[in-house]
Amino acid sequence: MSPPPSGDGTEPADELAAAFADGPAFVPYLVAGDPDYESSLQYVEALARGGADVIELGLPFSEPIAEGPTIQSAIVRSLEAGMSPERFFAFVEELDVDVPLVCMTYYNLLYQYGAEEGSRPFVERAAEAGIAGFVVPDLPAEEAGPLRAACDEFGLDLIFIVAPTTRGERLERTRERVSGYVYVQARLGTTGAREEVSDRTESSLERIDDWDVPKAVGFGIKTGDHAERIVRAGADGVIVGSALVDVVAEGVEEGRPAAETAAILEERATELKRGALRGASEPEAEQP
Amino acid sequence: MSDTQFGRYGGQYVPEALMPALEELEDAYERYVLGNEDGFLDEFRERIRDFGGRPTPLGRADRLSDRYGREVYLKREDLLHGGAHKLNNALGQVLLAKYMGKERIIAETGAGQHGTATAMAAAHLGMPCEIYMGRTDVNRQRPNVFRMRINGAEVNPVDIGRGTLKEAISETMRDWSRTVEDSHYVIGSVVGPSPFPRMVRDFQAIISEEAREQIRERTGGLPDSVVACAGGGSNTMGMFHEFVPDEDVSLFAVEAGGSSLEVDEDAGVAPNSASLSTGADGVLHGARTRLLQDSDGQIMESHSVSAGLDYAGVGPELAYLVDEGRVTPVNVDDDAALEAFHRFSTSEGIIPALETAHAFAYLEEAGDELGEVVIVNVSGRGDKDLETVIEETDRRGIEAAPEMSVFDGGLR
Repeated sequence: MSPPPSGDGTEPADELAAAFADGPAFVPYLVAGDPDYESSLQYVEALARGGADVIELGLPFSEPIAEGPTIQSAIVRSLEAGMSPERFFAFVEELDVDVPLVCMTYYNLLYQYGAEEGSRPFVERAAEAGIAGFVVPDLPAEEAGPLRAACDEFGLDLIFIVAPTTRGERLERTRERVSGYVYVQARLGTTGAREEVSDRTESSLERIDDWDVPKAVGFGIKTGDHAERIVRAGADGVIVGSALVDVVAEGVEEGRPAAETAAILEERATELKRGALRGASEPEAEQP
Repeated sequence: MSDTQFGRYGGQYVPEALMPALEELEDAYERYVLGNEDGFLDEFRERIRDFGGRPTPLGRADRLSDRYGREVYLKREDLLHGGAHKLNNALGQVLLAKYMGKERIIAETGAGQHGTATAMAAAHLGMPCEIYMGRTDVNRQRPNVFRMRINGAEVNPVDIGRGTLKEAISETMRDWSRTVEDSHYVIGSVVGPSPFPRMVRDFQAIISEEAREQIRERTGGLPDSVVACAGGGSNTMGMFHEFVPDEDVSLFAVEAGGSSLEVDEDAGVAPNSASLSTGADGVLHGARTRLLQDSDGQIMESHSVSAGLDYAGVGPELAYLVDEGRVTPVNVDDDAALEAFHRFSTSEGIIPALETAHAFAYLEEAGDELGEVVIVNVSGRGDKDLETVIEETDRRGIEAAPEMSVFDGGLR
C-alpha cells in the first residue's frame, strides 16, 4: 500500500486524480468482508487484476439508508462474519493491490471511532492503513466541515455525491468541498443494478461540466455496454457496485468456491473496463 | 449553533438526493407553518378541531390522586381521532404536503399509530398513501394494520433486520430518495433530519398549549411536574414544549427500560429503548442524537414490550433538553409498564396504550420530585395492545391483572 502522507496540513493526495489521468477509469465497489474476510480479500484482488483503476471498499454500517437490497444483504453478510472498523483497517493493510482504495461508509462509524474527537482519529487511522479517500453517503457538504478538515490534515480525498436533484447553490457548495473525484448519481433512489441507463445522467454531467475534478458515474451500471454509454455521455469514470456484489451473492447461494467467484469477478471487471474504454474511443473504430 | 441544530444535536445527515427536498420543506415550513401563508395554520386548526376532535380534555384522575396523595391530571390525547396524539402531526404534514403540491404520502410506523393517523389524514385530504412497517410490528399490531388498509393505505412490511421501527424508517428514507420529487415523507416523530424535529414538535405543541391553559383554569396555576413517555419523543415534546420556559415545572421523560438496562454487545442487542438514560452520541436517520449503539457505532436492536417506544434513537431536541438539565430522563421496565396498564385501566376506566402505561408506571415509582400537581400525557388508548397485553400478562403473572379466563378452557 502507498505510504501515509504526513499529518501536517498537506493538500489531498493526487493519487485518485492520477487514476483518472489515462482514459476512463473503472471504479468497482465491494463490501469488505462479504461474505467473509478471506474470500473478500481474493475478490478485491480479482477486481484489481480485472482492470480496476480505483476500488471503493464498503465498511458496513447497520443502517445503510442509501443502499438498495443487494448491498444491504452484503452488509448483513459482512457484519455477521465479524467485520468492524479495526478489521477493516487490517483488511486494507493485508490487501495486495496496486490501485488507490476509497472507503465508503456512513458517518456514525467515523464519528464513533474518535469518540470525543469526532472523525479525526478515524481519518488518521485510515491514512495509516493506506486509504486514499472517503465517500460518506449520509454526509452532505453542509455537515462535512470537520471531516473535510481531517482529510486535508492527513492528505486524503473526500468525494461527494451529486444527485439528479442537486442544483444551484448546492452544486457550488459541493464543488468547493469535493476532491479526488465527484460521484455522479445516475438516477434517483438507492444503489442497485438496472437494465436501463438513466437519461438523467447526461444532464447531471452537463451541470458540472466545468468542474476540475474527474466525474465518475454510479448507481445502476451493470454491463460493459452501460459503461460504454456512460463514458460516451461524458463521464471520466464508471462506478459499479451492485452488479458485482450480485456475483458475490450468487457465489454464496450456490456454494461456489471463493476462487471460482473471484474468477467471475475478474472477468466481469475486465468486461466493464473494456466497455469504459470503448466509450472513450471514436465510434467508427468499433466496427472494423 | 445553526438553525438545523439543538446545541450539538440535530443536523441533516442524509443522502445528497434528499437535501433539496429538505430545503424545499424548510421553506414550506417557514412560509406555511411559521408564517401562516395562504391561511395554512387556520385550515390546520379548523381541521384538527372538526376532524380530529380538539381540544382534548384535561381531567383529574380521582383514584390515582388518592393513591399517590397528589393531584394527578390527565391530558387526554387518547381521545383524539384515531386514539393517539399522532394525528396532530400526521394531519399537519399531510396538509402541508398538499400546500406544497406533492402528490403522494409515504410514512413509517412502529406501533402502527402513526401509520394509522397518516392513513386517516391522507384519506381525509384525498392523498394516496403508502406505509412502511417492520414485519415484527405488523405481526404484533394487527388491528392497526387493518385500520390502515381499511383507510385505503398500502402497507409494505419491512423484512430487514429485526423488523421494527428502525428498519421501517430506513426503508421509508429509501423510498423517499427514489420518489422525492412528488412524494412527501410524513415522519412520525421528532426525529430525522432538520426541519422535521422542529416541525413535528410544532404540530404536537398544541397538546401543551391546551394543557397549560386548562390546568390554569382548573387550579389557578401551573403544575409542579409534567410526565410523558418517550420513544422517539413526539408526545413528549408536544406535552413539554409550552412548559419548557416555565422553570418551576419539572419535566419527566419516561423511557422504556425493557427487560434490562444491560447491553449485550456481542449480540448487538440492547434489551431496552432507553437512549436518553443509557445511550451515547451518534448519527442515525439524519440527525445527531443519543443512540443505543455498540462501541464501533453499529446501531443496536432495541426492545420494549411497547412497539411505539421500541426505537434505538430519540429526538435531538429532547437529547439537548436532557443535557441542559431541563428534562429529567427516567425509565421503567416492561413488568412495571404492564402492572401500570392494569392498575390504570381498572382504577380510572381508561385503557391506556402500552407506551402511555410507562408514564403511569413512573407515577408509582416516583417520590416527592413530582410535587403536588402533576399532569400525565395519556398519549394514546390501548385497544391496539390488548392481544400483546393479555399474552404478556399471562406469561409474567402480573399482579394487578384481572382474571381473564372467562372462556371455556381458558383464554386460548
